[in-house]
Amino acid sequence: MKHALSHLAVTTDVLFALLAAFLIALSLVSIFTARHLIRRLLALNILSSAVFLLLVLTARTADGIDPVPHALVLTGIVVSVSTTAVVLALYLRRYRREPPC
Amino acid sequence: MRELLAAGLILLGLPFFIASTLGLLRFHDVYARLHALTKADNVGLGLICLGLALQASSLAVALKILLIWGLILLASSTGATLISTSALQHGPSPLRLDDRDPDAGR
Amino acid sequence: MLAVDLLLTLAALATAGQCLLLPGLFRAVTNLMAFGLVMALIWVRLDAPDVALAEAAIGAGITGALLLTALGQLPASQRQLQHVNYRFPHLFIPITIIVLFIGSLVWAAMLSLPKLGLVKEIAATLPYSGAEHAVTAILLNLRGVDTLLEIAVMLCAVAAIWSLQQAIPPPVLAGVNYPGLTTLARWLHPLFLLTFCYFLWQGTHAPGGAFPAGAVLGAGGVLLLLTSNIEWMHQRAYNPLLRWLLSAGLLLFLATALSGFLMTGTLYGLPPPLAGYFIIAIEVATALSIALMLMTFYLFGRPGNWP
Repeated sequence: MKHALSHLAVTTDVLFALLAAFLIALSLVSIFTARHLIRRLLALNILSSAVFLLLVLTARTADGIDPVPHALVLTGIVVSVSTTAVVLALYLRRYRREPPC
Repeated sequence: MRELLAAGLILLGLPFFIASTLGLLRFHDVYARLHALTKADNVGLGLICLGLALQASSLAVALKILLIWGLILLASSTGATLISTSALQHGPSPLRLDDRDPDAGR
Repeated sequence: MLAVDLLLTLAALATAGQCLLLPGLFRAVTNLMAFGLVMALIWVRLDAPDVALAEAAIGAGITGALLLTALGQLPASQRQLQHVNYRFPHLFIPITIIVLFIGSLVWAAMLSLPKLGLVKEIAATLPYSGAEHAVTAILLNLRGVDTLLEIAVMLCAVAAIWSLQQAIPPPVLAGVNYPGLTTLARWLHPLFLLTFCYFLWQGTHAPGGAFPAGAVLGAGGVLLLLTSNIEWMHQRAYNPLLRWLLSAGLLLFLATALSGFLMTGTLYGLPPPLAGYFIIAIEVATALSIALMLMTFYLFGRPGNWP
């Protein structure tokens, strides 16, 4: 029991893992309850940041920093900005003031 | 001696940040808040950057820190101009000296 | 250092909470940009400088520019958030449940088990990969297939946006009204190019590389687009060139994968003596493509409508 609880000491990893859990909860609730589509898009962005945080936390191994999750997160950041751009373009297609075409 | 000077410069820069944050929170309109933010922020950041550059391990690092200060000066002054220009065009006009401040004594 | 961690955690929670819970769309977007900056600091704290560079340029810069431009195009009816009256249990119960669930999952899966990374394996293969920096080696050689598909995803996103509508005509900001902005863009543009080249050069041996370089150049390009200094992108004559440049990264990546297949028999199996040259070629093409794609995202449509 003492061994199991010893991991709960407040270290950098535990603190940021808790932060990721809170961010995931906040953004999931917001994705499902927000009325405005852009608010949901913001929640999606925060959700992806929280997942990246978890991935980077797994990279801190006993042997040193594992670079594989870092590479995954780098590609993930670019994919998440692509998602944002596509959703915004769809949204503008519906709601822009004067559609040019 | 160098360490002491660096710590002194950083400590000297901190009150500027506190004052500008207070101004941002307490001033009454956009223009006054911008005034507080840009002026005090630039001097405070400059002092802190100077302090950090004194502590830097090599000349290249020190020059990079000073470059950060220069870039932030450029960007924040342009940003302040943009915000105040569009506030003049679309928002409320700035208070004059003879206007009565509606928030005075709040 | 724990105090710094605590401050960063509180700042991230505060900005995320203000972004998601308080009324006001503009406030939400600005808080998301602040959240991106805080996340960049968190990446630095967690020893992930590559991620921090990309996050500072993309998460705080380009995403914010995309969202703010989109907000500016919306009609007034869409810009207003309906007032949502969150009562106490509505938010508290689901958040508590999810935090407990994710927290226990994280504790069980990550914190209590020994973490098995690939640190030693990567250190062993690094001399044959053609790059001295591990993240660049993984992105462009060891797990190059992932990056290839990621570039393909970005190209698909560009194709989706272009098929939706025509591009927004460039805003006429560059006139009398905002004199500082054009000057700033003109002054900063050489610096953006310099940073781009510096990151590319640095990427083979230190944090940097194609993704941060592309993100920085893309952010600079968005600034230039904002002041409508890039007119060739909107002209019909240059549209084929733009399309070729956009797909250059993917095409070069595919060519590398195929030539690796021809030379060694496995897809993307680069022979170690030549890997360094291949990596530099892919890095430059990928970074340029990423920068151009980020700039075309900002147009929200298909450019090339000007004669």
